[in-house]
Amino acid sequence: MNITHVLFWFLSVLALFSALMVITSRNPVHSVLWLIVTFFAISGHYILLNAQFLAIVNIIVYAGAIMVLFLFVIMLMNLNKSTEPKKNRWLQWAGAIAGLCLLLVLVAALKDTEIKGQAAQVNEGEIGLIKNLGKELFSTYVVPFEISSILFLSAMVGAVVIGKASPNPSEGRA
Amino acid sequence: MQEIPISHILFVSTALFFIGMYGLFTRRNMITMLMSIELILNSVNINFVVFNKYLYPEKLDGIFFTIFIIAIAAAEAAVAIAIIINLYRNHQSIDVKDAEEMKY
Repeated sequence: MNITHVLFWFLSVLALFSALMVITSRNPVHSVLWLIVTFFAISGHYILLNAQFLAIVNIIVYAGAIMVLFLFVIMLMNLNKSTEPKKNRWLQWAGAIAGLCLLLVLVAALKDTEIKGQAAQVNEGEIGLIKNLGKELFSTYVVPFEISSILFLSAMVGAVVIGKASPNPSEGRA
Repeated sequence: MQEIPISHILFVSTALFFIGMYGLFTRRNMITMLMSIELILNSVNINFVVFNKYLYPEKLDGIFFTIFIIAIAAAEAAVAIAIIINLYRNHQSIDVKDAEEMKY
């Protein structure tokens, strides 16, 4: 039981607990805040797996940008109160049981797998650092990189076009 | 120093995936459904990094897949939130039950 194990168990429990809180809390603002906790735990997992750059990107992009966008929209729509109505209890139970059954099957399948090279080092090596990543990204992965820039441009244009106010004010605007 | 078995980390990501799946099926609020999708994407990211780290520690493919998934998730969240804002403008609600006429 060294420090890596302690950190691993702590981060796992934190991630699972906060993910459960995301989907069970009635207030959307609380959901967003718990989701940020989940992202920090996942970033901790990335650091344990020696992918430091990915951990930083995860915090900056997810917890920094996307979650601020979510919070902004929730505040804009005045949803920061518990508006979620009570749902069909049977539907909830059916969803929980079906999901847990599939989880059980997958865990059983995982348990029997024998994977070679399991003893890979967790906490050493420098391959996840930014220098190696940058060299690889701009040589081997330069085409997907450029394609993703086109994707961002089209997503930006699409978001502006869709989110723009409709020119006809009689279409039921508030 | 003994290592964390790969199955433990895979169990965490599987559990996160199904928590996200449950949220996607049971919540009716579009913002919360979008958050569940983000949870699912993150569990997939963990899988990519873990398999890269444990099976091919000298390669970087899984990390690049994860970076591209994060980029695509950002674009997806922006477009989805634009759609949700447009829907809210027309319906004064973001409950999926109130958007039923989009089916026909």
